[in-house]
Amino acid sequence: MFFPISNTHINPIYLVVVGFVIGILGGFFGVGGSFIAGPALRLMGVDWNYAVGTDLAHIVGKSIVAARHHRTLGNVDFKLGLYMALGTIAGAEGGAQSIQALKRAGNVNTVVSFVAIVVYFSIAVFMLWESQKTLRSDKKGSWKQSAAKGAQSKEDHSAFHPVTQSIQRLKIWPMIELPTSGVRISLWTILLVALVGGFFSGFLGGGAGYIRMPSMVYVLGIPTHLAVGTDLFEIVISASYGTFTHAVKGNVDILIALVMHTGAVIGAQIGVVATQYFAGPKIRLAFVPLPLIGAAIVIYTLVTGHKL
Amino acid sequence: MKKGAAKSLRAFAIELAIYAILVICYFFLVLHLLGEWLYHLEAHHRYVYATVALLLIAGQAIALDAVTTLLFRFLRGRWR
Repeated sequence: MFFPISNTHINPIYLVVVGFVIGILGGFFGVGGSFIAGPALRLMGVDWNYAVGTDLAHIVGKSIVAARHHRTLGNVDFKLGLYMALGTIAGAEGGAQSIQALKRAGNVNTVVSFVAIVVYFSIAVFMLWESQKTLRSDKKGSWKQSAAKGAQSKEDHSAFHPVTQSIQRLKIWPMIELPTSGVRISLWTILLVALVGGFFSGFLGGGAGYIRMPSMVYVLGIPTHLAVGTDLFEIVISASYGTFTHAVKGNVDILIALVMHTGAVIGAQIGVVATQYFAGPKIRLAFVPLPLIGAAIVIYTLVTGHKL
Repeated sequence: MKKGAAKSLRAFAIELAIYAILVICYFFLVLHLLGEWLYHLEAHHRYVYATVALLLIAGQAIALDAVTTLLFRFLRGRWR
């Protein structure tokens, strides 16, 4: 089927299947799945600038539904979400402007491909290290009490916890009280985390949940269930802004996003049900191959120049 | 336990089939009726296109969520 806005021919069934897979991942891991969506669109010959903008539009739809469900479960820290939205929007604009500069220079596909490979690979390595270390500590019994609560536990332990505590001890004015998350932290730390996430959202596409969600848990010390819900709420605001700014710059094929989203809706239902059967560190360990798959697709398109 | 799982699986398979039919109808509606108009907007009125794109994806999200929730409720009740 021909999509005139991005000037590409793509089988709509392929888009629905990609959306479906991303929906499952979103429901299960609480991430947008752009590390799969971007490379999957690229594989079909969609230019990176369109892959980035279109994926953002698709993320808006998915996050609205997911954030609504999380709000009813009490998993959204609105105060944190609004502060983060400020930093994310600034970062996303920086990312989108960088894409524009690369478009003008004529090397957007090569540069974004290399950055994507480095980011995806780094996330996979870090999460493999952290989840393995946490699981080993669980076996030794240091967190026996909370581990006994299994998947139902609201307490989320991490091997990165000492670093999180050091970051929370930084008393740089103004300090922000977050009663819903049970955290007191400097506004600058929140804004820095949001700015970095926002930049990658604008630069590599998606909500950058693959960076922001782990950052909220590991850097800000937000409990995982609240990090997932707040991240989704914040993504609705920042991805909407990202979609608008990319659409104005001519980087969004909304028809592709609408078709992909039809598959994501049904996939998300399966993903949410699946989370009931797994506990925190095991979910994080299961997450590891996904950015690697994204990196492998990017390397394939970069090296061979082929598309399916 | 196995009987319950089989019923859930059957309800889900039916939901998937009905949903697939609805989605195919929707493709024709969106891609054929809106395609040309959106292409024209994207080429000549970028700010209007950006606003319409956001409204379309948000509207689709809310509508499809309502459809799948209703389908799931209806089929769960029917096969219980």
